[in-house]
Amino acid sequence: MAVLVFGVENMISTAISELIPTPTEVREVQRQGQQEEIPQEISGAQILLEALLREGVDTIFGYPGGAVLHIYNELARNQRLRHILARHEQGAVHMAEGYAKATGRVGIVLVTSGPGATNAVTGIANAFMDSTPLVIITGQVPRKMLGSDAFQEIDTVGITRPCTKYNYLVQNAGELADVVREAFHIASTGRPGPVVIDIPKDVTAERAPLCYSETVNLPGYRPNRRANQQQVEQAVEKIVNARRPILYVGGGVIHANGSDELLQLAKRLHLPVTPTLMGLGCFPSGHPLSLGMLGMHGTYWANMAISESDLILAIGVRFDDRVTGALEKFAPQAQIIHVDIDPSSVSKNVRAHLPVVGDAKSVMQQMLDLIECGNPVATARGSDKSAKKLASWWQQIEEWKEFAPLTYEKSDVEIKPQFLCEELYRLTGGDAIIATDVGQHQMWLAQYYGFNGPRQSITSGGLGTMGFGFPAALGAQLAFPDRQVVAFVGDGGFQMTAQELATAVQYRTNTKIIVMNNNYLGMVRQWQELFYDGNYSAVGMQGTPDFVRLAEAYGAVGLRATKPRELSAVLEHGLSTRGVVVMDIVVSAEENVYPMIPPGAGLKEMVLR
Amino acid sequence: MRRTLAILVENRTGELARIVGLFSARGYNIENLSVAETLDPGISRVTLVTNGDDAMAEQIIKQLEKQIRVLSATDLTVIDHIEREMVLVHVNAEAENARLEVTKLASIFDAKVIDKSEDGVTVEAVAEGHKVDALLRSLQPFGIREVARGRLAIGRLPVSYPQITQITETTESQLKIVVPV
Repeated sequence: MAVLVFGVENMISTAISELIPTPTEVREVQRQGQQEEIPQEISGAQILLEALLREGVDTIFGYPGGAVLHIYNELARNQRLRHILARHEQGAVHMAEGYAKATGRVGIVLVTSGPGATNAVTGIANAFMDSTPLVIITGQVPRKMLGSDAFQEIDTVGITRPCTKYNYLVQNAGELADVVREAFHIASTGRPGPVVIDIPKDVTAERAPLCYSETVNLPGYRPNRRANQQQVEQAVEKIVNARRPILYVGGGVIHANGSDELLQLAKRLHLPVTPTLMGLGCFPSGHPLSLGMLGMHGTYWANMAISESDLILAIGVRFDDRVTGALEKFAPQAQIIHVDIDPSSVSKNVRAHLPVVGDAKSVMQQMLDLIECGNPVATARGSDKSAKKLASWWQQIEEWKEFAPLTYEKSDVEIKPQFLCEELYRLTGGDAIIATDVGQHQMWLAQYYGFNGPRQSITSGGLGTMGFGFPAALGAQLAFPDRQVVAFVGDGGFQMTAQELATAVQYRTNTKIIVMNNNYLGMVRQWQELFYDGNYSAVGMQGTPDFVRLAEAYGAVGLRATKPRELSAVLEHGLSTRGVVVMDIVVSAEENVYPMIPPGAGLKEMVLR
Repeated sequence: MRRTLAILVENRTGELARIVGLFSARGYNIENLSVAETLDPGISRVTLVTNGDDAMAEQIIKQLEKQIRVLSATDLTVIDHIEREMVLVHVNAEAENARLEVTKLASIFDAKVIDKSEDGVTVEAVAEGHKVDALLRSLQPFGIREVARGRLAIGRLPVSYPQITQITETTESQLKIVVPV
């Protein structure tokens, strides 16, 4: 249904774009003077909406205000753009990010000047850290008032400069269409990211002809999709000759839609695969070649394998400190091949022996082509031979796995958070889209919920934003109304953006919210227990509302489970009930996430329990 | 280690702030900065002096090149290059013989007296940075009232880094550069 509607809209916008004159045509028309009419001038607000439609936009997440009144005035008349009214600008940006992560398309946000823009900053920074393509349109005071400390004025381009891929302060209505076009090009190509377009109010009222330049003129911006063939050849040779290789993969594989190539590459060479938090789902979790997530709360065997490896093929990752642990102890014997589309990511934290700059999908395809037909060394080693050659390496990995499997103390008195994740996995079959915040619940879900495919795990990785999960889930749900979408959040994070329940209800979504409620800021409490002698400081959440009644106050359904025997019934009922459902799952309060690498320690210095 | 970077960037509002922000966000100080348009008024050349080790330089060059409107960024420190500093300095010189002495001193450094008032003169010099330092030290006993310094650098011919003198019409973000023969 949604796809069909989108198809029609696309046709409309294509039809319109054909009617839009290019600058040459405009000049031509102007030269001819009386013979033909000068193209009709429309307002900046209309230009903006037409330009968005031309980019295939169907949904805008936003919140109105003084500086964007002209735009909202046009939006109300426009049947082809759906506007989702958030209850806070931060929520709007997180929704757009959830939408973008789930669909792979650019998410759109529209907010007003001053507080509208500042409230959006957390969301923008989150998208920047996790390389999510967004275009954020912010209102601004009229041009004449810029710099006068006018009502609701703030230097939005100044504030967002360090947390956007690029930003614009639009100077006149005539350049607006080109700016929108460039913004989408920048946001969605290379290493994706958010782009802010700040538009003074009088620009949205100013009239100008709607016309686009024939090309995007960005001479300094040339993302490298295909990698240097020689480097790829060297990489393949290193991989096939390695005795203890490992594939370390992340969000870059998902952005590039490279999951199929990854599966082929891993299977062909029989390579162990460990995803980062941002890479969850880019390789099927249940696959025998998957080692599970690595890093601070990664599996013992994934961390041991990368530490003992002699070759790391890192694809679309950035050697984040939560992954590497102490840098001087990271994989001392390994040759590192680092594949990334962003040259500044390569050798930033860990020096790469072989940098390969290119898009993850096309680099993996280049590698596969070499293995299948080109490279004699690679071709000589089929997957059977790879399996045989790597047998002792795999045996070692199995031993680590047996030595310290993921485990927890079962209980029939309290609901263990790990058990909650396992039950959620059992009931959804690993096919749900699940959005999380940051903290204990995020780590347990990463450990115990086996994501089957890409774009199912939506989480705040780089910035680590509490309150991200619920609105992000809502954005994903609005993109895919018929899919099972779950916000899996903690009681602390949920209270940061719980007001979006109103949005969820207003648009009749089916979003399910599971609140893993331990009545603590769990991860902070865990650190205080382990590293501050149990001196709990400001982590108890006294005064937490009754989430069931909170849900009901918003017109949603509220359910609660406090005992293990109640859990599956509550989850089953909650997941299958239509509409917005909040499931308050009261879990054991002082459970810790293990394994854990203490801060400053190396990957092999894991605390297992 | 002192680093001299040459950056070519599209001449647009806000681009300098973007470049400078990369340094301040990492806690790097900028010791000297000069910006002016090139032969193509659409392109500015930035000469920037900072301090840092090789790893820092590699990372900052990559970060600069990552900027959407930056056309190229080069660490001149590691290649053969020419560097000059210009200085304008007001020196106290009320008595006639003080003026004569300042003029004599200036000529030793290939500097010139370019202006005078009742109680002072203005000296101009273009030299390597350490020579400018030496000139200022020699002038100090007279009493320096104000100093303005600026540094420029360029690779020695034949240069090995990209020279972009003009942006031509481009298609889909493909860079076409015109290299002078």
